[in-house]
Amino acid sequence: MRGRRLKIAGVGIAIAGAVLAILLAIAHRPAIASIERPDPRSFDPAVVARGANLARIGNCVSCHQAEGGRPYAGGYPVTTPFGTIYGSNITPDPDTGIGHWSRAAFARAMREGIGRNGRHLYPAFPYTHYAGVTDGDVDALYAFLMTRPAVRATPPDNDLIPPLGFRPLLAGWKLLFFQPAPIRVDPSQSAEWNRGRYLGETLAHCSACHSPRGLLQQEQRGAEAYAGGWSGGWYAPPINARSPAVRTWTPQRLETYFRTGLSRDHAAAAGPMGPVTYNLARADPADVRALARYYAWWMRNAPAAKVDPPLPDRRALAERQHPAGARLYEGACATCHEPGAPMVVAGRPVLPLGTPLHEDNPRDTIQIILQGLRPPVQASGPYMPAYADALTDRQIAEIVGYLKVRHGSGSAWDDLEKEVAKAREEGR
Amino acid sequence: MIELNVNGGVARADVDPATPLLYVLRDDLGLHAAKFGCGLGQCGACTVLVDDRPVFACLLPVGAIGERAVTTVEGLGTTVEPGDVQRAFLQEQAGQCGYCIPGMIARAEALLRRTTTPTEEEMRAAMAPSLCRCGTHMRILRAVRRAAVARGGGIVDPAEPVA
Amino acid sequence: MTQSRREMLGGLLVAFTLAPAVHAQTGGGEGSGGPPTVAPDLAGTLAKFPDLDAWIRIAPDGRVTVFTGKAELGTGIKTAIAQLAADELDVAFDRIDLITADTGLTPNEGVTAGSQTLEQSGTAVANAAANVRLLLAEAAAARWGVAATALFTRDGAVLDGKGRSASYADLAGTTSLAVRARADVPRKRRDARRVIGRPVPRVDLPAKLTGLPAYVHDMRLPGMMHARVLRGPSSGTKGRFDLSAIARLPGVERIVRRGGFAAIVGPREWPLERALHAAGRSGWTAESGANAPGALPDALLRMRRETQTIQERYDEPNVRSLRRLSARYDRPYLMHGAIGPSCALALFEDGRLTVWTHSQGVEPLRASIAELLAMSAERVRCVHREGAGCYGHNGADDVAGDAALVAVAMPGVPVRLQWSREQEHGWEPLGPAMMAQLDGNLDASGRIVSWGHQVWSNTHSTRPTAAGDLLAGREIIPPFPATPPKPIPQPNGGGDRNAIPLYAFPNSRVVSHFLPDMPIRVSALRGLGAHLNIFALESFMDELAAAAGRDPVAFRLAHLDDSRAAAVIRRAATRFDWQGYRAMPHRGRGFAFARYKNHGAYLAVALDVERVPDEGRLIVHRAVAAVDSGEAVNPDGIRNQVEGGIVQSLSWSAYESAGHDGTRRSDYDWSTYPILRFGDAPRSVVVDVVDRPGMPFLGTGECAQGPTAAALANALWAAEGRRSRSLPVARSSAGFL
Ligand code: FES
Ligand code: FES
Repeated sequence: MRGRRLKIAGVGIAIAGAVLAILLAIAHRPAIASIERPDPRSFDPAVVARGANLARIGNCVSCHQAEGGRPYAGGYPVTTPFGTIYGSNITPDPDTGIGHWSRAAFARAMREGIGRNGRHLYPAFPYTHYAGVTDGDVDALYAFLMTRPAVRATPPDNDLIPPLGFRPLLAGWKLLFFQPAPIRVDPSQSAEWNRGRYLGETLAHCSACHSPRGLLQQEQRGAEAYAGGWSGGWYAPPINARSPAVRTWTPQRLETYFRTGLSRDHAAAAGPMGPVTYNLARADPADVRALARYYAWWMRNAPAAKVDPPLPDRRALAERQHPAGARLYEGACATCHEPGAPMVVAGRPVLPLGTPLHEDNPRDTIQIILQGLRPPVQASGPYMPAYADALTDRQIAEIVGYLKVRHGSGSAWDDLEKEVAKAREEGR
Repeated sequence: MIELNVNGGVARADVDPATPLLYVLRDDLGLHAAKFGCGLGQCGACTVLVDDRPVFACLLPVGAIGERAVTTVEGLGTTVEPGDVQRAFLQEQAGQCGYCIPGMIARAEALLRRTTTPTEEEMRAAMAPSLCRCGTHMRILRAVRRAAVARGGGIVDPAEPVA
Repeated sequence: MTQSRREMLGGLLVAFTLAPAVHAQTGGGEGSGGPPTVAPDLAGTLAKFPDLDAWIRIAPDGRVTVFTGKAELGTGIKTAIAQLAADELDVAFDRIDLITADTGLTPNEGVTAGSQTLEQSGTAVANAAANVRLLLAEAAAARWGVAATALFTRDGAVLDGKGRSASYADLAGTTSLAVRARADVPRKRRDARRVIGRPVPRVDLPAKLTGLPAYVHDMRLPGMMHARVLRGPSSGTKGRFDLSAIARLPGVERIVRRGGFAAIVGPREWPLERALHAAGRSGWTAESGANAPGALPDALLRMRRETQTIQERYDEPNVRSLRRLSARYDRPYLMHGAIGPSCALALFEDGRLTVWTHSQGVEPLRASIAELLAMSAERVRCVHREGAGCYGHNGADDVAGDAALVAVAMPGVPVRLQWSREQEHGWEPLGPAMMAQLDGNLDASGRIVSWGHQVWSNTHSTRPTAAGDLLAGREIIPPFPATPPKPIPQPNGGGDRNAIPLYAFPNSRVVSHFLPDMPIRVSALRGLGAHLNIFALESFMDELAAAAGRDPVAFRLAHLDDSRAAAVIRRAATRFDWQGYRAMPHRGRGFAFARYKNHGAYLAVALDVERVPDEGRLIVHRAVAAVDSGEAVNPDGIRNQVEGGIVQSLSWSAYESAGHDGTRRSDYDWSTYPILRFGDAPRSVVVDVVDRPGMPFLGTGECAQGPTAAALANALWAAEGRRSRSLPVARSSAGFL
């Protein structure tokens, strides 16, 4: 399935590329002269501090730090349907990072997706969102990055399906899908809401994961905005009126979730959302509150906002339909998740509160079982061991089937065993 | 009756298939290397190998094992004839109370079955699910480095050289 | 691997009669306890048990059995004591068997704690062995009609050098060891020693590394039943249980109930675990009177206190000070956090109770259990079996009390009771939170001329001496009262351990504020007050050194007149290359020194630490320590202990803090109370042992805890110019996995 889609997409891109090749000449962008690495002491500490906050809201480090590597030194593999792109080194190391970049080069990269040398950047770097970042905020981010310790580190080469290694094609992509526009102030909304919108639509780039994407990986806007998307093998659920959360996301709950990685009325931040909350927990609380207000507004018409649906426990039914899943659950899951288990008694949210079992696809439920959970924000916090090595695809499918019947809602999930195999593949 | 492939032999136990493997090893098969530490998949004291992968035995229902091969530390060697990883642990005297060590050995064995030339970081990441409260970490790491060498490989960029 | 009951109960050896009565204990103090001294001229615990056969027996096959009242806690004492016996007796190391802490077999050496095992038991065994060797030589001398001084010993035999030899086995048949030790028997000459001072491999590791049953957790007796205790989620709470519903759960064969104490019993563990969880559904209540301690460290200052000045000297009362500094340091509650939860086996048969326990004090435990069950102590036997490392008073004693209560309700049935992980986290007594206030004055030459140290702390020992000190003792009806907490007096000290500086300050005042009320159950944790006091003292030395513009190492040396102290400081500094250290951004070096308890081991440690900017993660690039524990019986054992102490103290001091949410403890497993994992372990640790042959053993187990904490804070100060005075220094930045 995926392979065929990839091929179609590849061919599509090739055709689009050919058609647009003429435009390449027009799209050609010059390099911006390199500079001496600016003296870190030349930056105003207050501006650097603002930049630090913005970098956290932007979750920059998530893509610009390899597992076990130094912050901002790059190397994190961003998986896309077209292959893997590695986050670049954005420390001020002159040779391997952006030490030679002027403020103008940095601003052009942020807002236009062009490297200092004039090469187009892949939209895995969300310049489509950053286009709306204000000058002052670009300055602050520049100041912040230029005052980081310079780390000498070269990320691995991108691994993309041909012909996507050929960057001029990106000019064509930009012509089709990149319409930069500043974020306007909506005077009918509060200043906090507007702040949340500015941050959310630009630096925080939430819709990069939470909106569906088209064939060429362009984000869907309009009615499809925030209707759920994919990220690193995980499903980023809808955060608009289609949010499947069983308890409403009030601004307060969302704020707590952002700042602690845990909502007692929902669940812990899992997968790629973990690092997001890690960084938000370290950002300016007022900005985090603004983000919470803005996205709670997006979900204001979600089903849970109208009623608190009951949390049924269809245990007997689930056992009948998935006897093998029930036995596996007993030995592998119940110790933590069954009512009465110390973790539950201590107040960690129960399974039916988590959004995954109410989503229209099983991906998140499967990924959590495969990969487990790390405490997202602090050393202490919600944790779950990974079962990828312990259980087979079939066994995980059985557990997922059991859980869906027992605690879940919404449309049934089919082909679970295949879904597990796919999740394993894509979640690597 | 559940049939298991444990340490190369067939083992049988008359238990509820939901029972985690750890209890079957310790209470039915008389295999004590894997320890109960938390029952939550948080400490690694119960680690055994299932088809070469390190697994928390406290959270693996026996009924889920099927044909897969279970290897416990008993299956890696004996006091008279210790296996290479055990020998490395002995040579480094890697143990204080020793309670965590069988889990550590199982985890190290799984790592070395995957690669005998991991980097220092990979080695530490592979060992990280297992806790030691005595602070024997340095000796455990030395033992893993030594075992990697004994297996014809070696840790890339070791933080301490193999003595 | 079922051990037969017969073997466990000790058909093993001819039991010999120990002093018949259970001796009065030393009232919850840390340290030795045990019976009174009867032979003050003898060394170590020989002074309390002067008869040689209390310590050493020789079997007809020549194997030697050595008895010690101390327990193997994972520190390697079995190996070290066997080394001492082997060398002093002149018997091959592998012909020595060791019997440890068993109220039915071994001398009452109180509690195994305070790094005193070698000092007390090791000294006793070494001297007893020297005595036995002499006795055997004298027996041979009498047999051959020569002077004993003309004979020598080798490998378990007495020789005359002219071809005659008599084996110990042979001589022991006619030589009674039921004689008093003599004080004047010399120990072996240093150059004749072959085992002492060598890195002999640990005797217990092969079994542990190959999965042979080595822990109390591994014991399986015929007909044994498993048990789990029912409790609320943490100390200070009460579970609400519907016992009749629980009794109907599958796998629960029986409920043993005594007042507020209840345990479920069944043949298999897993159903009991499931029943335990099912029982948790019915919730819990906070016990009245159980209070959250409030925000630390200020809460400590508001508690009722008993103040005692423990040092006051004014050698230079009129000295002029130029600069005055003061600072406060504190640490939170800390958990012992054994990797294996507490466990015990008990069997009540023919009116006698045997308890297999990993308690650090089988004798006081025996007395407490006897009182709990209203049995005479003679009918109770407590046998030490190893557990996971405990680092002080954790749940070991409590679980033994639990198992005993269940066992007496089921005569003839061996009962194995193991706590859950959450029970261990919720109920073990914590290491107390502490605060210290330091004041110092420098004169114009940068010398410290006066020093002040005040420390606020709860007790550091609620070790059981009576039934009310066990959890079960307070749950049964009528409940037993807990022994009122007492401070542990100097020179060991509890909360004020190591509060008195070893440095030669002309004027000094040290005050200990003992806080008798315990909002949270606390007890002995490795190092007791030394962890915080040395953290404070050695941080403050750095602050003063900086104020005086002096190098921290030179500054310390300038204030010391103890040559052994100076030697470990110099050794650590040299090994670390303190002089040649090149500072790097966000990375610094830190130094600290202490002599544990001021009369134990000397230890100096230097750390090279980086705090990764933007991430807060700590990287300990290098730790280098030098230690002087007196005569080094097993240098590798010492290194092992110090390496472990450094890593454990880094975990405590950088990452750990046990919390309370107002009604219950907030930490119930490793996800809520994370400890250091491999990713955060130092890149490298080097420990240099300074051997002092012929000098008394000083004990090593706890000497690294305090200095490591201070060296960490000092290195962070050097790295980032900010002083970390509150532990843990990196609470929110530890990587969990
Ligand atoms: S006992 Fe299995 S991970 Fe702790
Ligand atoms: S050696 Fe004791 S827990 Fe690791």
